[in-house]
Amino acid sequence: MKRYLPFVIIAAVAVLTVGAGAILYRAKQRAIAGGGVTRPSTNEVGAEPLHVRGQPGAPVTLEEFGDFQCPSCATAAEVIGKLEQDYSPRLRVVWRNFPLAMHAHALEAALAAEAAGLQGHFWEMHDLLYKDQAVWSRALDPATAGQFFAAYARSLRLDVERFARDSTSDEVKARVISDGEHGVSRGVKNTPTLFINDREVRSPFSPERLHEAIDTALAETTPKASGADRGSPPAKIQPGEGRK
Amino acid sequence: MTGARSQTIFYTIAALIALIGLADATYLTVTHLTGEDAVCGSGDCSAVLGSVYATVAGIPTAAFGALAYFAVFSSALLAAFGYTRARIFLTLVVAVMFGVTVWLLYVQAFILHAFCPFCLLSAALTFFLAGIIVATPSTTPQVAAATEGGSSH
Repeated sequence: MKRYLPFVIIAAVAVLTVGAGAILYRAKQRAIAGGGVTRPSTNEVGAEPLHVRGQPGAPVTLEEFGDFQCPSCATAAEVIGKLEQDYSPRLRVVWRNFPLAMHAHALEAALAAEAAGLQGHFWEMHDLLYKDQAVWSRALDPATAGQFFAAYARSLRLDVERFARDSTSDEVKARVISDGEHGVSRGVKNTPTLFINDREVRSPFSPERLHEAIDTALAETTPKASGADRGSPPAKIQPGEGRK
Repeated sequence: MTGARSQTIFYTIAALIALIGLADATYLTVTHLTGEDAVCGSGDCSAVLGSVYATVAGIPTAAFGALAYFAVFSSALLAAFGYTRARIFLTLVVAVMFGVTVWLLYVQAFILHAFCPFCLLSAALTFFLAGIIVATPSTTPQVAAATEGGSSH
């Protein structure tokens, strides 16, 4: 019996592991990756950024490659929102899509944001998607996630029928793909990836770290004003200001 | 304590550690397949588990880890039961795991600039396994032959 005992134990562990994995998988009730989002793989550089928030002549540009279903992107969005207030009008923010394959609804979310953008409400949808990320990202299938996005479009008073049409249009898909290709060409590997004046900022994206990076960028662009930058009072960003 | 008995204890410990690693890697594999990434409660996890290094040829890197830990568990268990040939296999697998772990730590530290606690746990377990393999007392061929549990295997 002892001769066979290790093989029995090994077989039992194999069965238990597969069984536990299957139970865990079912418990999460998520769609298996592979149906849906595909990471862009070409190295073609994308076009000009479509989504810019802030003054066009701002000395500092913070460019984000983000994924709407990425939790750390949601955290970064909050930090960036505060930075926009603190540094307005010296900071502008550029958004680029980089939906990751591992997130079941990231691509649909990016398409929804772009579809809202066609009606002039990209940033509002961007903010809503991050604010409600914990809700829609738990959708069991793309159709349910789509219902959430349609509800957000309705709450933004968009033309919902057009929104639904645009969400699956080639134009909107091309925008997302273009951003992804641009990201790949710049070496983006994960989300969020942030560039401040084309210089990549390394995670973690704490407020202190980003403040420091922006201050450095400001000092480089306006050396004499760098001391005043830190002491200047935060300026309030007006709703819709600088939105494109 | 005889050398053979020490070996049995060392290999049993190695098998138990491999079980922990197997659970860790299985969890990460399932998490990856389900699209969930908020497993760590911090941002760094998704930076690592959502990176291009999280898959190899479309297969989650963690799945390779799970297979490796299962191989370690199996060979360590067989070694504990006296199968000497399993020891060679165990040493080879742990050596490969050690190399891959060092590479993945480099990726986290210098490329992604983010660490995933579950990945760090796996790295610690692999280093521990490597330490056990190095520390396991060797036996003379005569003793090994005498303790060979299943020479017909």
